[in-house]
Amino acid sequence: MNPAPPALPAIAAPTILAQLTSTELRARLKRGELVLRSGPIRMAIRCSRDDVAATLSLLYANYPVEAPGGFADFHVELRSTDLLRRWIKPQIIFEHDGHAPFLALPQPQAFALLEWGMNWCIANYCHQYLMAHAAVIERNGFAAILPAPPGSGKSTLCAALVHRGWRLLSDEMTLIDPATCNILGLARPINLKNASIDIMRSFAPDAVLGPIVPDTKKGTVAHLRAPRESVQRVDETARPRWIIFPKYEAGAAPTLAPMPRHTAFLQLAENAFNYAALGRQGFEVLGEVIDMSDCLSFNYSSLEDAIVIFEDLAARALREDTPEVVA
Amino acid sequence: MRKDALLRLMRDTSRASTYTLGDWDQVIRLARVANVLARLAEDLAVAGLLDQVPQAPRDHLIAARLLGRRQRMAGLAEIARVRDALTASKLPTVLLKGGAYLAANMPLSRGRMFGDIDLLFRREDLPEAESTLILHGWTSGAISEYDQRYYRQWMHELPPLTHIKRHSVLDVHHNILPATSRHPPDAKLLLEQARELPDMPGVFVLCPADMVLHSACHLFHEGELGNGLRDLSDLDRLLRHFGPQDGFWATLSERAGLLHLRRPLCYAIRMCTTMLRTPVPKDIVRELRRFGGLRLPLMDAIYKRALRADHPLANDRWTPLARWALYVRAHWLRMPPHLLAAHLARKTWFRWTGMPEYPTNEDEVPAQR
Repeated sequence: MNPAPPALPAIAAPTILAQLTSTELRARLKRGELVLRSGPIRMAIRCSRDDVAATLSLLYANYPVEAPGGFADFHVELRSTDLLRRWIKPQIIFEHDGHAPFLALPQPQAFALLEWGMNWCIANYCHQYLMAHAAVIERNGFAAILPAPPGSGKSTLCAALVHRGWRLLSDEMTLIDPATCNILGLARPINLKNASIDIMRSFAPDAVLGPIVPDTKKGTVAHLRAPRESVQRVDETARPRWIIFPKYEAGAAPTLAPMPRHTAFLQLAENAFNYAALGRQGFEVLGEVIDMSDCLSFNYSSLEDAIVIFEDLAARALREDTPEVVA
Repeated sequence: MRKDALLRLMRDTSRASTYTLGDWDQVIRLARVANVLARLAEDLAVAGLLDQVPQAPRDHLIAARLLGRRQRMAGLAEIARVRDALTASKLPTVLLKGGAYLAANMPLSRGRMFGDIDLLFRREDLPEAESTLILHGWTSGAISEYDQRYYRQWMHELPPLTHIKRHSVLDVHHNILPATSRHPPDAKLLLEQARELPDMPGVFVLCPADMVLHSACHLFHEGELGNGLRDLSDLDRLLRHFGPQDGFWATLSERAGLLHLRRPLCYAIRMCTTMLRTPVPKDIVRELRRFGGLRLPLMDAIYKRALRADHPLANDRWTPLARWALYVRAHWLRMPPHLLAAHLARKTWFRWTGMPEYPTNEDEVPAQR
């Protein structure tokens, strides 16, 4: 019989990803033991690709890492497709606990596939929240929900605002706690597409971008690192205060117009992927969120104009109501 | 064999209070794969233990429970629509499995997820039933002529019917085993004993013993056990529910003989008692043991593996072989050797060559779990 292995000296568990050495990061990824937390969601990630490890350490540097062996909400994996494909035209597949929700994609899209896959997991399973396809940002405890179809400039606007004083809760998915109507943040990287990549590079030259990947289903994509403060304060929830439907329109003067509440309700319901699954609860929660918010439509063509207008909204809200203390 | 945090919890819900976060990590993953997450959530809620589960795993239980409740509402509404359609043609709506548990409001329907509504008709009523259902929007999609013939000549059901607007799926049966199997039961016997539900006039379910027998024969003739653990847990709950009723065990044993289903019942009771600790009278266990034959120890070893959640956490190195053996066995039971050889040759040919058997939509994204 082998003697019992000597007890290892106790090492304080690193609290954020940047504290892992790159060897340790890759080792954990290889074993599926990298447990990254963004807000309420813990993702255990398995992947043997060095490029993905490098992008993770760039974009997720400030996220808490948890010790393996505990609870992870989702166990996800990126791996190469079968042996033959590895040589001829290498592709990558995303799996959630052995189940592949999407078709394989070319290797350069590996990190983007991981991001989309993680979004898919949340959207498919986290029905403890009312979830809407919307960006959401916070100022003084007040949240602005920006629901919009792809192409409306929602991510670009969100990226610009979080580099000018607003805190990022999420650029893709708004999670509403049905018990309190508070909004929970994820503070994950922002997915920029096509022209908005260059726009953000000149708008916020200090912002950190992951690899730029051309020819994806969504065109050219890149992920923008979430501001450090947003990541550090991710567990602070926010009260819904505005629902703003943004629309980028070349040459348009910035116009902020009130929107009838029933229209806002229907449009937000359309963007809430589990609205029907939540049934009556979904209806009631959405109604409350609408009741406590100003509903507005916002047409714009310049980000600088948008910054001014949002600044003004925040200042007015601060004058009008004292923010409630939120946990 | 590996310890399995889910199985231990299914045997004894009260263990929940002793589980660590690491245990819960396994439980949620296994229960999701086995399609029993909503059922587990309902069990924990009934036992008053759901609130004691740590928040992160509890959120998943709550989310699954919510979907289960949603499906319950949708399922009941759809059953009522099927009933209305069939009643207009003076046909009875006889529900099997998940739909039956739900319509009869049995405790095992809480959190029991199901995809299709299974219906049983007399063989001579089948054409009328099919045309009625088509008239009300349930149609079979693109399907090759071979598959049409496969279903209509050899099987015990029609190709599945999908509603054009609501996408609900009906499985229309005229028996509970294929016409080509060795000893198909006489479906008339099942229909004679079916019971109308007091709360849903026009809707019938099988009598208690037949419910158990159908569930057993379905599970122990099935070759792909994606829902194996869910179905075993159905059997466990049916036996716990009906067990205390007067004369249930005697009727069960008698019906099993009458319907030629003693062997699947034997396996069902062995697996329920060993895997889920279902209480079954000793004389019934002993009486049925004879029908398992000499291969019983082998079948035990196979089913103990194949009926677990299909997940690396629950598999050992023999699990793939066990699953493969059951896949082959299911085909062997389904049809005589000459038909089986021809059928498998055809299916293998299309799989290897990648040729479509009938026109398919290339753009379709793979089905979601």
